[in-house]
Amino acid sequence: MTDEAQPRKTKNIKVDYLARVEGEGAMYIRIKDGQVEDVKLKIFEPPRFFEAFLQGRRSGEAPDITARICGICPVAYQMSACHAVEQAAGVTVGGQLRALRRLLYCGEWIGSHGLHVFMLHAPDFLGYESAVHMSKDHPDVVNMGLQLKKVGNDIGNVLGGREIHPINVKVGGFYRVPSKTEFKPLAESLKRAADQAVATIKWVSELPFPDFEQDYEFVSLRHPDEYPMNEGRLVSSAGMDIAIDGYEDTFNEEHVPHTNALHSVIKERGAYFVGPQARYSLNFNLLTPQCQELAKAAGLGKTCVNPFKSIIVRSVEILYACEEALRIIDEYEPPDEPCVPVEPVSSRGCGCTEAPRGILYHRYDVDEKGDITQAKIVPPTSQNQKTIENDLWNFVPQHMHLSDDQLQWHCEQAIRNYDPCISCATHFLKLKRENV
Amino acid sequence: MMVIGIGNDLRGDDAAGLLVARRLLEQQPELKVLESSADPITLMESWEGEAHVILVDAVESGGTPGELYRYEAHEQPLPAEFFHCSTHSIGMAEAVEFARNLQRLPEQVTVFGIEGGNFQAETEVNASVLEAIEKLAQQILEENT
Repeated sequence: MTDEAQPRKTKNIKVDYLARVEGEGAMYIRIKDGQVEDVKLKIFEPPRFFEAFLQGRRSGEAPDITARICGICPVAYQMSACHAVEQAAGVTVGGQLRALRRLLYCGEWIGSHGLHVFMLHAPDFLGYESAVHMSKDHPDVVNMGLQLKKVGNDIGNVLGGREIHPINVKVGGFYRVPSKTEFKPLAESLKRAADQAVATIKWVSELPFPDFEQDYEFVSLRHPDEYPMNEGRLVSSAGMDIAIDGYEDTFNEEHVPHTNALHSVIKERGAYFVGPQARYSLNFNLLTPQCQELAKAAGLGKTCVNPFKSIIVRSVEILYACEEALRIIDEYEPPDEPCVPVEPVSSRGCGCTEAPRGILYHRYDVDEKGDITQAKIVPPTSQNQKTIENDLWNFVPQHMHLSDDQLQWHCEQAIRNYDPCISCATHFLKLKRENV
Repeated sequence: MMVIGIGNDLRGDDAAGLLVARRLLEQQPELKVLESSADPITLMESWEGEAHVILVDAVESGGTPGELYRYEAHEQPLPAEFFHCSTHSIGMAEAVEFARNLQRLPEQVTVFGIEGGNFQAETEVNASVLEAIEKLAQQILEENT
């Protein structure tokens, strides 16, 4: 079809809003004469309020207060908060307490990724409106996803005291540590979950993936000895290699007129990409041999630059988390004390850990009484906003031949590639077409 | 038999299901009664092993506040007015259909809906809805104890 045959027209793909506990989001794409004129992703996340709530609170309260920011990744908030407050106090938590934190994080990764892979992302690939619709034709797959999610929640129950917003985490460690016996049933469930994760990797590898590879700057933690969760340096695919203390010198949060959430950028270069794909691409050699082997068999290289394939990466990370959790339980010896003492020091501390969706940065200024005077929290979804918009800028022109419905479908899928908090509901895009 | 009251205390009449659950427990503490959101995973785990489950939730179908509805959900899918009535993005009806698809629905599932008129945040429950809550609690007790 020639340009002459096309009436001049403007098309708006407009998403009004999504209301969920994790935040509200909106999306707007304006297309004129076959060219994308504007892309706006609007996310209204609550961290700004939390940063204010934290002022004047005891630094020891930060893990429990910030956990309330998200019902899917509360452990991430607790971990980043603990590390930040401990850094301010000059305390390092090691040994079995460090291992238990990693175990709790494994549970969160399994639960969060299980939810996204099976309930939120898979329906996009298979053409279902939601997991509820998908469950009619694929009950076994959906049941497998639910079982995986449950194992993640069970880790939260046993170690965290409850599955959502754990109550057992504190600055310095835990209020109480489980006995070896308490972990036994969990180990059995994790063995089954690892088998299911293997099946999941194979299953998702056979989904249809749009051919869409982009040149990203991936950012994640990197630790010399382990696939990153709680500790490491911040590295990127463009050569960044900094200590966590250098976060605010390297990254900037910018006000953007169309969104209440701040856009994060690397000061010198702009957009970057955090989350499972970044972790995987920067830490492939630290995955277990089985994860590496299955990732290759699923068609992934040592890096993955097609965001639609993030569903495979998440599945690989589910397996990794199951194997890592089993290793930690196997080597577990209850420590003498459930936590180490943390005395307040007037200081600044920062923490950055790998939430399921990517790096989560916390910084606290603490006074001599141990009260927080200033807090800064940068969640992963806000860091990915610009990259999500860039994907839409690049994806839409390549897919103008699609019908409105199909284009809307793929745009939604392109956003869900990032597992943003706003994706917790399954139908959130409304396409409004305006021909002028 | 288990009764699960579904709802949200912070959104006016959406608390109806929870209030029925509380009323039942006040009168018959030995009853198996739960309060829940409509999260399908939680619901399926809650009723696992139960032969008969009674679900109580608020409904927003344009009817008169306080009107009561009853459906035997194990016999047929819930009618449309039960969908999208939750302050959660997945409502109780979707959760029931989800469980049906996964073959994780109890043998008998009785759903009671209470028509609500106001689901605004931090508002009181309507008087007519409060009456319906009391009436339904008595009905459930009479039929099941």
